[in-house]
Amino acid sequence: MAHDFVLAVPGHERNRLVMFEIFGIPSQALFGQLLIGLINGSFYALLSLGLAVIFGMLNIINFSHGAQYMMGAFAAYLILQHSGLGYWPALIIAPILVGITGIIIERLFLQWLYKLDHLYGLLLTFGLALIFEGVARNYFGSAGLPYTVPESLQGGRNLGFMFLPNYRAWVIVASLGVCFGTWFVIERTRLGAYLRAATENPTLVRAFGINVPRMITLTYGFGVALAAFAGVMAAPIYNVSPQMGSELIIVVFAVVVIGGMGSILGAIITGFGLGVIEGLTKVFFPEASNTVIFVIMAIVLLVRPAGLFGRRG
Amino acid sequence: MKKTLGLAALAAILACGGANAQQVNVKIGVLTDMSSLYADIGGPGSVAAAKMAIADFTKDHPNVKVELINGDHQNKPDIGSQIANQWFDVDKVDLIIDTPNSGVALAVSQVASQKNKIFIVSGAAASDLTGPKCNANTIHWTYDTWMLANGTGTAIVKTGGDTWFFLTSDYAFGHALERDTMAAVEKAGGKVVGKVRHPLNTNDFSSFLLQAQSSKAKVIGLANAGGDTINSIKQAAEFGIVKGGQSLAGLLVFASDVAALGLPTAQGLVLTETWYWDMNDVNRAWTKRWQQERQGKFPTMIHAGVYAGITHYLKAAVALKGNVSDGKAVVAQMKSMPTDDPLFGKGTIRADGRKVHPAYLFEVKKPEESKYPGDFYKVRATIPADEAFRPLKEGNCPLVTG
Repeated sequence: MAHDFVLAVPGHERNRLVMFEIFGIPSQALFGQLLIGLINGSFYALLSLGLAVIFGMLNIINFSHGAQYMMGAFAAYLILQHSGLGYWPALIIAPILVGITGIIIERLFLQWLYKLDHLYGLLLTFGLALIFEGVARNYFGSAGLPYTVPESLQGGRNLGFMFLPNYRAWVIVASLGVCFGTWFVIERTRLGAYLRAATENPTLVRAFGINVPRMITLTYGFGVALAAFAGVMAAPIYNVSPQMGSELIIVVFAVVVIGGMGSILGAIITGFGLGVIEGLTKVFFPEASNTVIFVIMAIVLLVRPAGLFGRRG
Repeated sequence: MKKTLGLAALAAILACGGANAQQVNVKIGVLTDMSSLYADIGGPGSVAAAKMAIADFTKDHPNVKVELINGDHQNKPDIGSQIANQWFDVDKVDLIIDTPNSGVALAVSQVASQKNKIFIVSGAAASDLTGPKCNANTIHWTYDTWMLANGTGTAIVKTGGDTWFFLTSDYAFGHALERDTMAAVEKAGGKVVGKVRHPLNTNDFSSFLLQAQSSKAKVIGLANAGGDTINSIKQAAEFGIVKGGQSLAGLLVFASDVAALGLPTAQGLVLTETWYWDMNDVNRAWTKRWQQERQGKFPTMIHAGVYAGITHYLKAAVALKGNVSDGKAVVAQMKSMPTDDPLFGKGTIRADGRKVHPAYLFEVKKPEESKYPGDFYKVRATIPADEAFRPLKEGNCPLVTG
């Protein structure tokens, strides 16, 4: 292993960066993979944030989260087909549309389940997920639909150690922004305080004149909208197919369990962190890359059953 | 006395039956992927093709009665074997057909051999089905990994793509395709500089594409299929792989994948298939009928293979006068009869179970060259039947080598 590496190198010198090796992988490749892992982590963070918000606030295990992510991507495609509006309007419109379907679901089905065991919410949302997926597959087939990266984000820049597509850079920035914004609203604003109080003691909060059922409905809608937002962000780079959510949702659940089911910050940090770990696994042992997160989940559950950031109870 | 008279009458009636055409009753099961990444290349489209084959055949042969069922193997070999076992043992199915996913196909092939029934593979690719894992109850229709490797791989090396990096799906199909393409590339004078294996149904290929980029290989061979290929190609465009001077070899690409990618992303892809809906009037007419059940979709070569396979099986069943319980005998009959159907034309089935027919090298059209929906390919070359598939002697099939 050569020990000389130069950090603060002027632009025209970057191509002559001296490479050193870590565990047999050139450092350039490794940094590239770490960055890729961070980008994947931002999808995990966005999705697990929605799940954590819904579970933390509503005590519902929202198994239809993956299907709602898929609905966001499909909404973006349909918006493009029927109104010609592209990616940027779809980023706003699709989450709102899918969020509204979430509100309908909450009013029709979920509100009757809050007092019951978690299992009922899980079963209901799981059934809904199967229905949404089946309907999508019936109308659109399973191969997928085309959706391209918006003009303004096409191309990329050569960072020296890897080529970073502009779109992926945007993904990190956007999800960091949305994650931080959500955390801030829930943990640091009055609205968030009402929400957290309503979860702990709904009767008392209602006595203060706050419309608790409406807050809960809107919260579910917001969590679903977060999933749909992640779906629109995924549409240009991942295949827009009916099963895109079910492939991802199992991993996201593992992320939420590791982070701690009710913890917002835990979901965000664990999402990014596990994305990086998965990225490293893809370099050193690619065949295991879709199981490493579950191995970690098993270990964490043995050592800290409430998750890394979870609260007991 | 009455009993004897009754029995005599019965015997007389049965004896009369022989004067007309023999009644043939068979049951066929389409075992396919209905709900996951291969559902568009096989799936409900295969069932539609099967129905058409049965309708066309029974129209000309009213003494043939066919019952059709279908099942979803969900890309899991254990579920596939379990359904096959149940179908053969309990549901009295005589023929299982289709089965995209080589892992499942290999498992079902073993089941068919154990139960002495018949398995016609249209959907799966692994050339092992007519190689070391061949048996006297399995026929491999449509295509296989050797044909793909020889078609696409050799063609690309000949045009200058002589260093390869493989992105391989980590199961039976991917391994077979990678192995056969490596052999074809090296035979044509190329070199393989690296490979990486990814789990089936992977969403994100950025990490693997990065490794492919840093290998500096001229060609990145995609030894995967369905959603995995679509994601690989989509993300390769994102990472500027083609702009950076490397090219992508889609070793198994179907028309449905091209539809999912869209022509702007898929244009220029070179691929090998054995049937394309728009190649001639017969195919177009067949496609129109097929589309009555599958609106807005286009049939793949796998669907055509299901149609042709069932047609040939029914011909063999009629030739055997309805005695279809001995799978090996029926397969032997199918191998002894030359094939002739509207979709694949005239062909033969070899001793190792391999159905041979010509293969075609296609190139995906540019968006401006496409004049109507589904107008995806232009024909680059035709590979005649005797060159398209692995020579009989090279397969290590126990039925051939003895």
